[in-house]
Amino acid sequence: MQYTLLFGLTPEEFEARSNPEKKEAFYGAFFSYMKAIREAGIFVTAAGLQPPSAATTVRLKNGTRQVQDGPFADTKEQIGGFVVIDVPDLDTALSWAARYPCDDGGLVEVRPNLPTTMRSTA
Amino acid sequence: MDTHSVVERVTRDSRGRLVAFLAVRCGDLAAAEDAVADAFRSALEGWPQKGIPENPDAWLLVVARRRLQDALRHAHRYEEFDPAHSGIAEVAEVASDDPVRDERLQMLFLCAHPAIDRSVHTPLMLQAVLGLTAERIASAFLVRPSTMGQRLSRAKRKIWDAKIRFDLPPLPEMPTRLAAVLEAIYAAYGTGWDDPAGSETSLRGLVEEAIYLGRLLVELLPGEAEAHGLLALMLYCESRSAARRSADGSYVPLAEQPCRLWSRDRISEAERHLEQAASLGSIGRFQLEAAIQSAHAQRIVTGSTDWVAIEYLYRTLVKIAPTAGAIIAHAAAASEAHGVERGRELIEALPPEEFAQYQPYWALLADLQRRVGQFDAARSNYERAAGLCNDPAVRVFLLRRAGICEVDLRQPE
Repeated sequence: MQYTLLFGLTPEEFEARSNPEKKEAFYGAFFSYMKAIREAGIFVTAAGLQPPSAATTVRLKNGTRQVQDGPFADTKEQIGGFVVIDVPDLDTALSWAARYPCDDGGLVEVRPNLPTTMRSTA
Repeated sequence: MDTHSVVERVTRDSRGRLVAFLAVRCGDLAAAEDAVADAFRSALEGWPQKGIPENPDAWLLVVARRRLQDALRHAHRYEEFDPAHSGIAEVAEVASDDPVRDERLQMLFLCAHPAIDRSVHTPLMLQAVLGLTAERIASAFLVRPSTMGQRLSRAKRKIWDAKIRFDLPPLPEMPTRLAAVLEAIYAAYGTGWDDPAGSETSLRGLVEEAIYLGRLLVELLPGEAEAHGLLALMLYCESRSAARRSADGSYVPLAEQPCRLWSRDRISEAERHLEQAASLGSIGRFQLEAAIQSAHAQRIVTGSTDWVAIEYLYRTLVKIAPTAGAIIAHAAAASEAHGVERGRELIEALPPEEFAQYQPYWALLADLQRRVGQFDAARSNYERAAGLCNDPAVRVFLLRRAGICEVDLRQPE
């Protein structure tokens, strides 16, 4: 079963990712985490996302197309990246979520993926 | 203890007693819990105006019993069941001025019953005996709260459907049944953590609850050596909680902890239980683990650690309870007592696939490699350990060690 772990970063964590002084600590922990996922043989795919300030949202509303600066969700934490893992059950996915190296306030949302057959017809 | 914790403790005690008392009689744990929760709700609503009754427990029992009778009639009306044996009659017989007998021991054995899925033993105990919510238990166990709720309901349903008995186990079954109770309590202490003695207690969440259950078991079964052993083990580990993190929150490994930060009160309480256990004359897994912690605690007196003794104790422990934790700790102790090579022999003899996701395995392997100057391998394994770690302070510690291996290639230690 595939699960997507969505990493919710605080503004401070986004800042740390690009700050030359804090960058190394941030990525050091994160790369170890990704390495552990790969070595566990559960890695499917992953991506890191640029900060929400770089986002553009295209929305269809009342028959009109709107293009807006910024992400669609206005929350303090914003998605900073994700990894898709293939594990037997949700409990295992949650144990990997608990290993994600976030600072206080950071979070991981765990979502089961739709089955592959449904995705290919979608 | 502040007022709040006194109130909490009293509530917890009488809630647990009431639930056990009613559940043992009616056989329906879920209904007993609901009835007691209702009674407490009524108390919260009524007592502030009408005043606290003379005998609060008796008052709660009367209200809970009434609720339970209604609920049982309602819940089981469609089932083929004989009201005389439904528990309703038995519940009605309870005289309200009788003191509520403590039947939480039956409850502990019920929660760890072999017919109930092992993974639910601890959650069930935490809910039935301590009244913890499914959400709280779910967080400690890293399980989706709605899933935890379902698992608990299913287990309670099974207790009713399968008519699992609330009696104490017969003597021949006692050792195995008791082992299940002990394991369930210990699981509350170290839920989901590779190294409960090293991880942050606030992250683990159920430490206080586990110790409460440990004390309760000792109180109810004072003649069981392993009950004392388990309580001693948890108290020894907790005695070091203030020393596990430095002032800035960094992880401090056991060997580097200043013993003046260890709690002498906890240590002497642990010591008393370990002595009590020893006097009962039957050795077991938890007494051995407690003895190992006791040997570490000796550093307060002697200023040094007797690794030869600790290695011996771990070797014995691995023979009777080969848990991942014991196996790795034994290899670590062997490397201290008999040299790095002995530690490596032990760790290299292990099947790596069984330890692939066990953080302490990689951390120890890295340590032993670092100590013989294999810095590249050490760095890589420290990183792997860090990636598997779910305690932020321990993770930072492991990454720092990985960094040392990279930067300071020529300077072991």
